[in-house]
Formats: sequence, C-alpha cells, structure tokens
Amino acid sequence: MNNKVTRNLYLFPYALWIVLFVVAPLLLVIYYSFFDIEGHFSLVNYKTFFTAVYLKMTLSSFWYAFLITVISLIIAYPTAYLLTKTKHKQLWLLLIIVPSWINLLLKAYAFLGIFGTKGIANSFLEAIGIGSKQILFTDFSFVFVSVYIFIPFMILPIFNALNELNPTLLDAANDLGASKWITFRRVIFPLTIDGVKAGCQVVFIPALSLFMLTRLIAGNRVITLGTAIEQQFLVTQDWGMGSTIAVFLILIMFLIISLTGNRKRGV
Amino acid sequence: MTNAIIQFKQVTKQYDNDPAVLDHVSFEIERGKFYTLLGPSGCGKTTILRLIAGFTEATKGEIFFNGKKINDVPANKRQVNTVFQDYALFPHLNVFENVAFGLRIKKMKNAGIQKKVREALSFVNLDGYETREIREMSGGQRQRVAIARAIVNEPEVILLDEPLSALDLKLRTEMQYELRELQRRLGITFIFVTHDQEEALAMSDEIFVLNKGIIQQSGTPIDIYDEPINRFVADFIGESNIVEGKMIKDYLVEFVGGQFECVDRGLNPNESVDIVIRPEDLEITTLERGNLQVKVDSQLFRGVHYEISCYDKDGNEWLVHSTRKAAVGDEIGLYFDPEAIHVMRLGETEADFDRRLEAYSAGDAHEQ
Repeated sequence: MNNKVTRNLYLFPYALWIVLFVVAPLLLVIYYSFFDIEGHFSLVNYKTFFTAVYLKMTLSSFWYAFLITVISLIIAYPTAYLLTKTKHKQLWLLLIIVPSWINLLLKAYAFLGIFGTKGIANSFLEAIGIGSKQILFTDFSFVFVSVYIFIPFMILPIFNALNELNPTLLDAANDLGASKWITFRRVIFPLTIDGVKAGCQVVFIPALSLFMLTRLIAGNRVITLGTAIEQQFLVTQDWGMGSTIAVFLILIMFLIISLTGNRKRGV
Repeated sequence: MTNAIIQFKQVTKQYDNDPAVLDHVSFEIERGKFYTLLGPSGCGKTTILRLIAGFTEATKGEIFFNGKKINDVPANKRQVNTVFQDYALFPHLNVFENVAFGLRIKKMKNAGIQKKVREALSFVNLDGYETREIREMSGGQRQRVAIARAIVNEPEVILLDEPLSALDLKLRTEMQYELRELQRRLGITFIFVTHDQEEALAMSDEIFVLNKGIIQQSGTPIDIYDEPINRFVADFIGESNIVEGKMIKDYLVEFVGGQFECVDRGLNPNESVDIVIRPEDLEITTLERGNLQVKVDSQLFRGVHYEISCYDKDGNEWLVHSTRKAAVGDEIGLYFDPEAIHVMRLGETEADFDRRLEAYSAGDAHEQ
C-alpha cells in the first residue's frame, strides 16, 4: 500500500509534464482547428486543407523531407561505418556531434554569410573560373543546410547500431564464402536497420516541419507545412487554419512512427 | 606423397613489436583426422585457426592447403569452415536461413538448398527446428546449428574454436562424444582448439600442445600423456608430480634423496633432468615397503578416487590418486614401478625427443 503511494509520487512530475506540455497543447490544437477566422465553429479549415494549395504544400514538404533524409542517410551510413573502424572512435564521434550543440539560428546565419553573393562559396566559384552564382535562396542551399544540420542525428543511431554489431558475425559471413559486399547486404545492413530507421525518424519528422531555414536560407521559395503553420499563426493570424495544418502534421508523424516502428529482435 | 591437407612452414605471426604470437611454427595436418590445438590462453592456438581460416595474415612463412600456397587466398575463397566460440549465428535469420547462408552465396538451386539444409540439421539432431529463431534456441542447440552451418558446405576442413567452452559440464561431455562421432561419420578433418586438456585427450587423434607461440609437443593423446617432453606439457596435461633429479647412469636415476631403477637410457651420466610421476601411478603402502616416505596433508573425494596431497621430508608435494582412503596426518609409504618414472631432459627439442624415443624402441627390438 505504502509502496504504491511512493510510486505514484515518483510518477507525479512525469504525469504533470505530460498533461501540461503534451496532452493539453494537443487538445488545444485540435480544439482551435474547428474554428474559422471569425471564431465560429466550423469544418471549413479541413475543407481548405484538401484544396490544391495545401495538398501541394504537403507534397512539397514530403519531397524536401525525403530528399534531406535520403541525402543524410547516404552520407551518414558510410561515415558511421568509418567511425567504428577508427582508433579513437568516441573522439571522432564527439567532433561530429559538437556542431549539433550550437544554436540552429546561429548556424543558419553563418550559412547566410558563406552562401551570400560576396561569401566564401562565391569567391571560391569565381576563383576556379565558374563565376559568381545565386546560391542563397535556392532549393540547393535549403537542402544543403538542412542536411548539414540533421546529419549528426542520423549518424548517432547508425553508429550505435554498427558499434554493437558482433565482429565475429562478419568473420562468419566471410568464412561461409561471402564477399565484402554480400556481407554488407546480408549481414551488416539487416542488423543495423533499426539504427537506420531511428535515424530516418529523427531526421524526417523534424524536416517536415522546418520553417526557419525555409525563410532564412530558402528565402520563402520553399514552402513547407512548417512554414505554413508559422504564416497562419503569425502573419494571417488564422489560428484555426494553423491548427488544422498542425493536426495533419501530427497525424503524419504518428503514421511515420508506426510505419518505421522498431520491432525489437533478440540478440 | 603424404596425406597432408594443411602444412605450415616456419609461420610467424607478430603484431608490431610485440613478442611473436606464433614463432616459426611448422606442422602438417593429415586428411580425415581429429586434431586438437591445446594450450593456455594466449599460446597462439586461436591464431593458428585464424591463419587457416584466412581471417589474419602470417607475418612470415608459408601456409599450404592441398599442396597450394594459400597465404594470399581470402577467407571467402578457402575450403574451410569455422565453428566459432560464440557460434556467431546471424540473429536476423532463422535456423534454416543460418544453415543455408553459405549455399545461398554459392547460388545453389532452392530445391538443393532445402535438401542439404535438412540433411545437415538432421545430422546434428535438429530435425524440425528449421523455422525457429536463433534467440529461441538453447546454448547446446545453437552449438548444433553452428556445426550444421559449417558442415552443410562440405568443407575439407572444419575449424572449431573452443566451441564447447560456453556449455555446462554435462552438455559439454555429451557434445564431446557427438563431435567425435560426427567427425568419424563425415570423415572430414577437424581442427579443434581448446584449453581443456581432458577434452583434448578424450577427442583427438593428434594433439598439438602449444605454449608461448611454439608447438611444445605433438602426438597421440596417449603419447603425450605418457611421454611428456617437458615440465610445461607434463603440468598442462593431467595432474603431475614433477621433481628435479639426476641421471646417475643408464636405468638408474636419483631424486628426492634416493636412487631408483628406471627404464630410460642414453642420457649423459650425472645429467640433470626433470622427473614426472603421475598421481595414479603412486600406490599407498606401508612406510617400509614404500619408495618414498610422506605425510598426508589433505584429502579430497573425487568420486572415482581420492585425491591425496602428501609432503615428503624435503617439502616436495606428492599428489596421489587412489581408491584407498588415507588418514590426514598419517605417515605413509608411496610405491611406484620403474615404468612409472618418466625422465625429461631439460630444454630438449621435439625432434631430439622423438629420436631418443625411437632409439629406445629400436634398442628394445634388438635386445629381443
């Protein structure tokens, strides 16, 4: 009896947190999504969401998030693999993680300088004879900076999965006649797929709702669901529509998590 | 032409400037026999296995397989398969797919794979386990899957890296019988690595005793047990009483203050030697009849025999295995036959040792 009381006591901060910062905001978002801009209860926001403008926006969000995730994965997997082979792997890992501690806004501003018309990137292009180009406010710069920002989050889970891989399994595959490539395809990749899934989740989901980078780096040329929510709340002051988009974003996130859910395999 | 399938010629393995893990090791492995590499941890036995499998490269020397040099042949192109210490089964594949792994890589037809995997599993008594996940299998069953995964590829040599060390005693003894039986039925060469001397004695046709990167002695279990070449081998294989002694002349040796008849000859007069007497060759008797007079220090009941630890007046320990009980604190006599005394020359090489043993048997034949 007494035990139960203590246990509930320990649970209290957690429960309070969940209620105040997860459940309540969620309910509020859902609640607001049912009001039009004049404050009347209606389903008009949901109708609007299924118009071409918003569906295109959703698609474009998906497309950019997909690009960012795929490029991050292509860079992160070999990097994580190399890291596990290095001598001081924890140190190298730390060096890759450190930039993720720096504020996102600061990094975005740094790229404004680098990619600007008089920035280092353009000086370099001029120096090698290609000539100055418009780099900032393009799809390229948006994807580039996003990948740069998300890559540590992709490397970390993949690194952990690779690091936990029993090296004798690779000997065993080799012993049974597998070449390096077959070993990778049949043993290494399947056994680190959970790390890849975790990495994709932590990149894809936030990438769906990016808004600051779209404004600063892409100069609003790229409109994602995140940008749309920001616009609705801060510019148009249409909280109802903003909430509706948020509801869909949340639904999509749950969908992705359940699709890439970890089925934990025994060792 | 010999029947050798694997040959090592002066093989050395060394990491950077550390002492050599293997130091100019040469040996031959014959087809169809059960070999054991026996030695304490760090003696180089696993390194030999890894060199044969191709997981590591020799620093110096040549390795031959079926008469062809294989130093530069990668592991996936070698006709050997390994059973690993931790089994190294693929956790994401079920039993069937684990065993089929090698066959799938060889692009064998599905029907052929089905047939061969079933055969291999039935060989290790795992019929009906095809769809089980690895995590659902017990230690002994995983062991069998690992063996099936190796034999299904029909290699010429199977390497076993301490595969029984993770099993409990009863299962281990059972698996010893099974492995030996399996090797006989398959007729392929087994190279078994272990630090357990009982395992080695029970299972092998030939044993290589290794220490510090050198093969100390090779031979049949009986040869090695009865005629250990030096202190290390005598001590490592079975329980031994080892004391220093002096060869007075042929057939007469002196140790612990007495002179005893023995069966060794051909050594230099007054040469210093090591004497080995196995505990089971010592017989408890009265003080007068005993060759040695000792005091019983402690006694352990081992099931089939008593293990009795005694000390002589010089403080040498004498271990006795006897079915007769002794009383702690008693003064007793220990009797042994001349044949029980085994004389070891100090620092003798294996080649010299073998020559000396051969000379004995030639001499015996001559006398008859």
